[in-house]
Amino acid sequence: MKWDFAFTAEILPKMLWATGNTLLAAGMGYAIAAVIGLLFALAQRTPLRILTYITREIVEFIRSTPLVLQIFFVYYVGPEYGLYLSPWVAGMIAIGLHYAAYLSEVYRGGIESVPKGQWEACTAINLTTMQTYRRIVLPQALPPAIAGMGNYLVAIFKDTPILSVIGVAELMQAANAVGGQNYRYLEPYTMVGVIFLVISLTSARAIRWFEATVRRKLGMQ
Amino acid sequence: MMEDLSSYPLELGGPNIPMVRFMKVRKSYGDLIVLDNLNLDIAASEMVTIIGPSGSGKTTVLRMLMTLETINGGVIYVDGKPLTHMPQNGVLVPADARYLRKARSSIGMCFQHFNLFPHMTAIQNCMEGPVLVLGLSRREAQERAEELLVMVGMIDKKDQHPSRLSGGQQQRVAIARALAMRPKVMLFDEVTSALDPEVIGEVTNVIKDLVFKHRLTMLMVTHQMGFARDISDRVCFFYGGKIEEQGSPAELFSNPKSKRTQQFLSAVKAAD
Ligand SMILES: Nc1ncnc2c1ncn2[C@@H]1O[C@H](COP(=O)(O)OP(=O)(O)O)[C@@H](O)[C@H]1O
Ligand SMILES: [Mg+2]
Repeated sequence: MKWDFAFTAEILPKMLWATGNTLLAAGMGYAIAAVIGLLFALAQRTPLRILTYITREIVEFIRSTPLVLQIFFVYYVGPEYGLYLSPWVAGMIAIGLHYAAYLSEVYRGGIESVPKGQWEACTAINLTTMQTYRRIVLPQALPPAIAGMGNYLVAIFKDTPILSVIGVAELMQAANAVGGQNYRYLEPYTMVGVIFLVISLTSARAIRWFEATVRRKLGMQ
Repeated sequence: MMEDLSSYPLELGGPNIPMVRFMKVRKSYGDLIVLDNLNLDIAASEMVTIIGPSGSGKTTVLRMLMTLETINGGVIYVDGKPLTHMPQNGVLVPADARYLRKARSSIGMCFQHFNLFPHMTAIQNCMEGPVLVLGLSRREAQERAEELLVMVGMIDKKDQHPSRLSGGQQQRVAIARALAMRPKVMLFDEVTSALDPEVIGEVTNVIKDLVFKHRLTMLMVTHQMGFARDISDRVCFFYGGKIEEQGSPAELFSNPKSKRTQQFLSAVKAAD
C-alpha cells in the first residue's frame, strides 16, 4: 500500500477542522478541570473536616476509575435519571472532572510548598484568608505547579480521542469516518499521529517557556 | 474542661491601663505545658525585652499576642480590651475569627526569618496591607511606604525583590512592612538571629531609632544582651515557661538575684 498524496490533500480540510474540535475539547475540558481542581484543592484545606473528607474521597474515586467509564456513565446513565446531555456536554463534564482530580493534587503540592512563615506574615498584616490565598499563597504556589499542570494539559489533549466513543466529532472520530467511507486508513491515522505529535511537542516547549517567564516575572529564581 | 471566665473583666478599667496584659495565661501543646500562669503587663510606650534559654517559651509569648497561637487558659488584653476573647452576654468567650481580625489590627510583628513576600518588590511588600486591609488608595499607601523605607534606609532598593536583598536589608523592609500597618504594639522575635554579624547593626539601629523617636509599645525577644541593655525599659528573664526574674536592665544585668539568671547571663557572656 502506497501513500496517496491526492487522497491526503482531499481529506486535509476535514482533518484540520476536526483538529480544531480536538483543541476546543482539550481547552474546554482543561478550563473546567483547572477551576474545579482548585475548588477540590481548597476544599481539602478548610477547617471543616467533613468537607475535607468528602472531597478527598471523591478525588480518590475519580482517580481510581477509568476515564472511558466515567464518560459512558455521564452520557448513558444520566438519561436514566432524566439528565439528557449532548455528547459534547457529557464529554466535557466527564473529562473536566477527571482531570480536576489530578490537577487538585498538583495544586495541593504547590500550596503546600509555600512556607508557613508566609501565612504568618499575612496574619501579622491582618489579611483575610481570601486575600492571603489570592495575593500571597496562590501566586507562589503557581511556579512549582506549572510543570505538573502542563503535563496534564498534554495528557488531556491526548485523551480527547476517547470522546469519539460517544460521538464527539474530534480528530479520531473524523479519521474513523474518513477511513470507513474510503476504505483507506493509512493516511487518516498517520495524519492523526503527526498532528498529535506536533501539538504535544510544541505544548511541552511552550509550557517550559511559560514556567521560566512566570518565575522571572514573580522575581523568583 | 472549660475554664470559668467569669472572674475576668470584660474590659480593663481604672487609671494606668496597660497596653498589653497577659492575665493568668496558659499555653500547652498536648501534655507539654509551655507557659504556665503567665502574668505580664506592658505599659504604653514601654520597651520590654524577653531573654532566656532556648525552649523557655519566649517565641510563644509573642506568637500568642500576634494571635498566631490560641491560648489554653487566661486572657490577653490589648489597650484595655480582650484580644483572645470577646464579650458575649456579659461574660468572655473565646474570640471568633471576625473578632480576632479586628482585635489584632493593633499588633505588628517581625520574624526571625523576615517572611517577606518573595514575589513582590520591597515597596509592594509595604503597600499590600495598607491597600487591602486599611483601605488606603495606592497613592497614599505608596507615600507611606516610601516614608518608612526612607526611615529604615531602604528607599534605594524599593523596587528590588527580596531575593536580591541581603538578610539585613530584608529585615529592614520587614520592619517597614509591619510599621506601615500603624500598629500600637510591635513584636520582634530574634530579628537579628538569622543575620551575618556584620549586618546586625543596621537592623538594631533601626529598632533603636524606633525606641527613641517614636512612642511605640514594643516587646522583643533577643539574644543580644548588649542591645537589650541599651534600649529596654525592662528585661524579663524566662525560664521553663515562667518569668524567673524581671527588672530594669541595670538591675537585671548587673545584679541578678536569681541563681538561674546568674547562670544564664554568665553562660551567654562566656559564649560571646
Ligand atoms: N507547634 C509546636 N508544637 C509542639 N511544641 C511546640 C510548638 N511550638 C513550640 N513548642 C515547644 O514549646 C516550647 C517553647 O518554645 P518557644 O516559645 O519557641 O521557645 P523559645 O522561643 O524560648 O526558644 C519548646 O519546648 C518548644 O519545643
Ligand atoms: Mg524562639
